[in-house]
This record gives sequence, C-alpha cells and structure tokens, in this order.
Amino acid sequence: MTSGGIRVERLNAWFGDKQALRDISINIEGYHTTAIIGPSGCGKSTFVRCLNRMHEVNPLARAGGRVFIGNTDIYANGTTPVEVRRRVGMVFQKPNPFPTMSIYDNVAAGLKLNGWERGRRLGEVVEQALRRAALWDEVKDDLKQKSGASLSGGQQQRLCIARALAVEPEVLLMDEPASALDPMATAKIEDLLFELKQSVTVVIVTHNMQQAARVAEFTGFFLMGELVEFDRTEQMFTRPRDKRTEDYVTGRFG
Amino acid sequence: MKTPVNAIRCTGWAGKNGIGIARRLRNNIAMGAMVMSAVLVIAPLIMILTYLAARGAGSLNWAFFTHIPTPVGENGGGMANAIAGSGMILLIASAIGMPIGIGSGVFLAEYGRNRLGDILRFTADVLNGVPSIVLGVTAYSLLVVTQKHFSAFAGGVALAIMMIPTISRSTEEMLLMVPHSIREAALGLGIPRWRTIVSVVLPAAKSGIVTGMMLGFSRVAGETAPLLFTAFGNQFWNWSPTRPTAALPLQIYTYAISPFDEWHRMAWAGALVLILLIVGTVAVVRLVTARSLYKVMV
Amino acid sequence: MPKFQFAEPRALGPVAVAAPRRVVGPRSWRSADPGFRAAMAACSFSLLVTAILIFWELLSQSKLSLHQFGFRFFAGMNWDPVSGDFGALPFIYGTLVSSLIALVVAVPLALGSALFITELCPKRLKGTVSFLLELLAAIPSVIYGLWGIFVLSPLLRQYAEPWLETYFGWTGLFEGPPFGIGMFAAGMILAIMIIPIIGSVAREVVLAVPMSQREGVLALGATRWEVVCLAVLRNARTGILGAVILGLGRALGETMAVTMVIGNTPQVSKSLLAPGYSLASVIANEFSEATGDLYLSALFEIGLVLFLITLIVNGLARVLVWSVTRGMPARANV
Repeated sequence: MTSGGIRVERLNAWFGDKQALRDISINIEGYHTTAIIGPSGCGKSTFVRCLNRMHEVNPLARAGGRVFIGNTDIYANGTTPVEVRRRVGMVFQKPNPFPTMSIYDNVAAGLKLNGWERGRRLGEVVEQALRRAALWDEVKDDLKQKSGASLSGGQQQRLCIARALAVEPEVLLMDEPASALDPMATAKIEDLLFELKQSVTVVIVTHNMQQAARVAEFTGFFLMGELVEFDRTEQMFTRPRDKRTEDYVTGRFG
Repeated sequence: MKTPVNAIRCTGWAGKNGIGIARRLRNNIAMGAMVMSAVLVIAPLIMILTYLAARGAGSLNWAFFTHIPTPVGENGGGMANAIAGSGMILLIASAIGMPIGIGSGVFLAEYGRNRLGDILRFTADVLNGVPSIVLGVTAYSLLVVTQKHFSAFAGGVALAIMMIPTISRSTEEMLLMVPHSIREAALGLGIPRWRTIVSVVLPAAKSGIVTGMMLGFSRVAGETAPLLFTAFGNQFWNWSPTRPTAALPLQIYTYAISPFDEWHRMAWAGALVLILLIVGTVAVVRLVTARSLYKVMV
Repeated sequence: MPKFQFAEPRALGPVAVAAPRRVVGPRSWRSADPGFRAAMAACSFSLLVTAILIFWELLSQSKLSLHQFGFRFFAGMNWDPVSGDFGALPFIYGTLVSSLIALVVAVPLALGSALFITELCPKRLKGTVSFLLELLAAIPSVIYGLWGIFVLSPLLRQYAEPWLETYFGWTGLFEGPPFGIGMFAAGMILAIMIIPIIGSVAREVVLAVPMSQREGVLALGATRWEVVCLAVLRNARTGILGAVILGLGRALGETMAVTMVIGNTPQVSKSLLAPGYSLASVIANEFSEATGDLYLSALFEIGLVLFLITLIVNGLARVLVWSVTRGMPARANV
C-alpha cells in the first residue's frame, strides 16, 4: 500500500441498536480515487463518515474498530475527533458554505478558526485552494465582497471543496458531492478530481455507477452494511467476482 | 369521520336544498361576533394610545427632560432623574441578564436536546410566570436587607431575572433555525465544537438574537413592581448603583396615585415617554423582521 | 454488461507528491469544549437555581407568620397590622374574583379576535391586526393603571356602574355606591391586559390544527362557523384551555394596574362594585411601611402563596399548550 492510504480493520457502526456497518475491512490506496457504491441504505455514507469520525456527531451513534490513516489509528484512545478531521476533509451532498462569510472567509475558515496566524500567507493559501477546486478564475474579483451563499449550486460546492482543501488534508471524503447539481456542474467537479488525486487521497460515495467508472480507479460495493467486493473499478464492472455485485452493476436492483 | 357528520346533522341540516336558514343565521352571527371581538379588543388600544398622546404631549418640554422634580406645590420640574435612573437600572439589568440569557439559549439549543434540556426549558417558562412583585420582594430580601440599603443594583438584578427566561427562549429558537448542515461543515473542517458555535452558528443567528434582546429589553423597561422595594425611587439625581434610584415607571406610579394635579400631568408625560420607547422598539422589530411579541409576553 | 467509460489506469507504487503540510502546527491544546459547555450550562442552570432560591427565601421569611397563624391565615378575614392579627382571606377573595371577572370578559373576546385573524381576516390586514393586538401586551402595567384611574374609572362611575346597578342589581352583585374603582374596575383592566396573551396562544394553537381536519369538515358541506366549531375548536380544545389558564396565571399575579384601581380595602363583599384588595396589591402597598417582624413575615407569606399559585397554574397551562403544539410552538407569523 502506498503512503497516504487508509487501512480499515473490522469497522462496525451502530445507530442506537441498529447496526449499520458489519466488520468492514478495506485497504484504500493513497493518492488514488476510490468510489463507494451501493443501493440506498447500504451504509456507504455511514462508512465514509466513520473515516473522519463524523458518525459520532449523532448522539445515538457508535463506532468500533480500527481505522489507520497513515500510521495513526483514528479510533485509538488518545486521538480526538478534532485532530482527525483536520487530516481528513469532507465535502457533503448538499453544498453548505457558511452563509455569513465571504468567499475568502469561507475558504479560510478552516485555518482561521483553528488558530492559523500567518496573516499574509493566508491569501496565498486561499488562492491555491480555489485553484485546486477550479473556482479561482470565477471568483477572484469578488473574494471578499460576495458572500458564500450568493454563488450558484455548482460554484458553492466547489467552494466547499476549496474550503476543505485549504487545510491540506491527507484524505478528502466526498459524500455524493454532485447529486444535487446539474450535469454541467457535475462534469466540472469530476474534472477537478483528476488533478486532485495527485495530492490527496479521494474517497467518493456515489449512487451513479457511470460516475464511479469515470473518476475512480478503485471501487468498493456495499450492501446492507457489508463490504461485498472491493477491486479495481474496471475489474469490478466488467468481471465482478460476486453475484450480488454483478446484479447491482447490471441494474437488476438498486 | 363519524363525529362531525353527526354534529352537522344535529345542527339542522336542511337536506337537499342546501344550507338551512338556521345554520346560515348561526354562521353569520358567529362571523359578526368575531369581527366585533376584534374591534372591541383594538378599541381600548387606540383609546389608550391617543389619550396618552393627548394628555402627555402638552407637558413634554425641555424642562421635563432636564430637570428633577420640584417640591410639591411648585410648578415646573421634570423627570430627568427618573429617565436617567431607568437608564442606569436597565443597563445593569442588561449587563447581567443578556449574557446569561444568551448563554442559556446556547446551552438549550446546542447541548440541551434531551430530558435535562426539557426540565430547564420548563423552569424558564415557569420563572417567566412568577409575578414581578414576588421577584421584587425576593430581591429585597436577598440584596437590600443584606446590603442595608436600596440600590439600583438590586433593581437591576430583579429585572435581569425577568429578562433571562425570555432571552433564553428567543435565542434558543433562533439558534435552532440555523441549518444543521452548517454545523456539520464546520465540524468536518476540524473546528472544535465551541468554536463552531461561537464563530459559525451564533453569527448566522445574529439578527434574530438581537431582535430577541430588544424585545426582552422592552418588556422589562416598563416594569414597576420589581423596583418598588429594590431601587425604591429617589427625588434627586443619583449616579451610584448602590443607592436608591429613581426610575421612570416608579415615578409615574408615585405621581399617579398622588393627590396633586401637577404631578398627574407629569405622570402622563412620563407615560408618553415610556410608551414611545417601548412601542417604538416593538414596532421597529416587527417592521424589520416579522417577529412577533408572542415569545416575550407568554 | 452495460458500457462504462473508465478512468485511465495509473501505476501503483510510490507517487511523487509534496509531503502533506501540517497546516495547524503541532500545538496540542487542551480542547476548550468542556469548559465552554460548562459555562453555557451554568447560564442555563442559573434559572433553576433562581427558582429554588426564590422559593427558599420566601419560605424562610414566612416562617414567623406560618408558625403564628398556620392555616388560620387563609381563613382569617381580619387584616389588622395594629393588633398583629393577619388573615389573608380578603386578598385571596379579591385576587380570585378580579381574575374571574377578567376571564369572563377576556376569553370570548380573545378567542373571537384570534379566530377573526386566523379565519376571517383578509390577508392584507392580517399583519396589522395581529400587530395591534400584540401592542396591547407591550403596554406596561403602570400605564394601564394610570389610564384606569383617570379614564376608565370615571367612565365606570358615571355610566357603566349605574347601568349595571339598575339592570342587574337584583343579582346582588352590583350594589352600593358606584365609586368607579373596586373589584369590577380591576376586573375590567385585567381583562384588557390578558386578552393579548390568551389571544396569541389561542392563535398558535389554532394554527397548529392541520388543514386536513378543516378540509374534511368543509367537504361535508359545513358553513365556516361549523368548520371552526367542529374542526378547529374541537381539535384545539386542550390548547385553548391552556391559553385560558395562562391568562388566568397572568391575571393572578398582576400588580400595578390592579393596585391602582381596586380600592385597597381589605374586605370581602358580595358586590362587585365595592372596593377590594388583592394578594399582589397588599404587598405592593404595605411592604415598604411594614413595621414589625410579624407584619413583614405575613406579607412574605402572601408572596409565597402568590408564588405557589402562579407556579401551579402556569405549570398546568404549559403542559396543556405543549401537548398540543409539541414543545416548540409553530411560529405565528400571521
């Protein structure tokens, strides 16, 4: 496994008494894009949210197991969720820029609100993050005047990506980032993923198999809380090993 | 739906020809009664406000706002000390009540979506219903007796106790209106919970919280009973928070029940000033947002 | 198999990337989260502490009077500071009767105007009318009292009370000289003051009745009044009761306006036109001049009684209203 990858060992997750994930073990390649697919309710969102310990934000939620980002087990006793989330970024299904902040402040939020002090360099970091999110050219003139919420849906999502990238995470989790967007905006986001994986490990949840095929080198198929199959995307979609995978990929259910 | 059908039958369904006369009459009478009620309720409001304006406006002059009361029998004088005193007492009340009220609202919204929160919310509502005279008497017992003198501070505390439940409820409601996705976004960036609340959630709810504060303020600005035995009133200037202080509502009360015409005149003027302040605040809040006074008075 | 367009394969193995920059330095700060939560909790708990403190203080200051009089306190008709005999019955009577008068007058008017706003009022007027109704709540008690003394009282004395005595004197409720101040005047002022509260809560409760209920009755061919009767009032019954009790709670504790028009005479009389006294008023009037520990303690005991009564009444009202609107009331932006 290359550096920057994620190694998951026997991850289990519950919502109250209901078990959402069963014994998930998976090795996610560093600096590659991995797609997580499966029908609704299969646990793919839950899985990804366990990778940055966002799952436990819900008061009824619990998770157990080991998840290694690099060499650190993020579920180890001494590790706080706050530290984990600085190394593992997240982009959500519905774009959620901070409504009271300008574009500049949105991107800088992860740094400023965590005590980043180097004032002048902040501008450079913001610019670089916006470039990586393919948004720089569209907003560079209105950085501090326009509020984050005044952009279009696709732009807002790229703003959220920029915001997540500004803190230089090792991993970027994306939970169906384009499902609320139109095809043009979706295409823009898929394009920027090609550049992104040079520097960040990307894990993307998607219900759209075409999308998984376009952007991801690896794919994991989840069903009812279990990891059914994990392989190179091309392999999984053309010669799936498990019957359930084949049924899903050929559209027999889901 | 069995019950309504039976009920309609009992009211005299006229059969196939449509609504019977009895039912139509009942309907019209009822509609008329509703309109009548609305009119009868608004009428006193108009009466009071116009009477206030009429009786009070004539006595509002420069002297009113700059002079303290003159001895009985002499003309002139004003309520300047009462206005200033109210200002001081309300300042103390706000300094104590607003931070605690907002803090309480934050707790209930962010950490209180559980049984404990329900108990605290219930307590806040109950505290809201405690008669203000009881609060005044308690503040007397706890602060005035122990410090051996009446004080603006004691009055401020009594008013703060009245302010806290309303501001808490209002803040909580505004915070709950901030979409959860914003909190998630901040937490996902590795921003600690407290920083999320302070720098992301609170600013998003800012305008609502401010209007809640204004409404809470205007509610206690007119209160008299809590000040009767705490601030006590003062015929002269007083700038010390640890001494008896005049307050506008107190002065209005003292003058109103006095036998002197001159003082009655001043009471009306004072009432006009007070009502302009309070009604003005409420009207501004209502115009700028659509927020109703409901949360404050209940 | 469906056709897919695949990403270009890349070789695995070490990829040349810049070492990830630890943006936020190796600062291992102890999180301020628990401290912040504790501070906010303290603010919230201060409410509980205050409520308990009020109860405790009232109780301890009333001890003297409680020991001296026991339950006789509530049955005693005699309030005599000079001889040291204190009986609170006149005040209990005055509070209850004035509040009752207020309810009798206020409830129909409040409900009627609430229904007017929700059912009848044209959309353009809704905002203005509801705003005007709420302004009534914003007027301070002392101003109501001022208006009561100088405007309402003369009106009652010259017109209303003689009229009541002439036509309803046979009931025994309207006898004696019409002073213009007294139980009836207090009841009237209280009515005006509690209308906005009852009306607002009633409005919230009525708004919480789902449209499907109204539509169901309407589809059976009911008139508008019947829709109100059968769908709205029937469903909102509990909540409206809660609104009424909330209004009662407010009337029981109202001080300044009542003090200014009730006449401040500790007596129990059948006639509503006679002056009376209420629990809150006696405290307001006599507390500053109370000499002697027993006197003061008796007044504290009255405060304690007032506290407990309003606690129970308001608690009951809350439970009723919450059961209908489920905690957070619907926002009445009408």
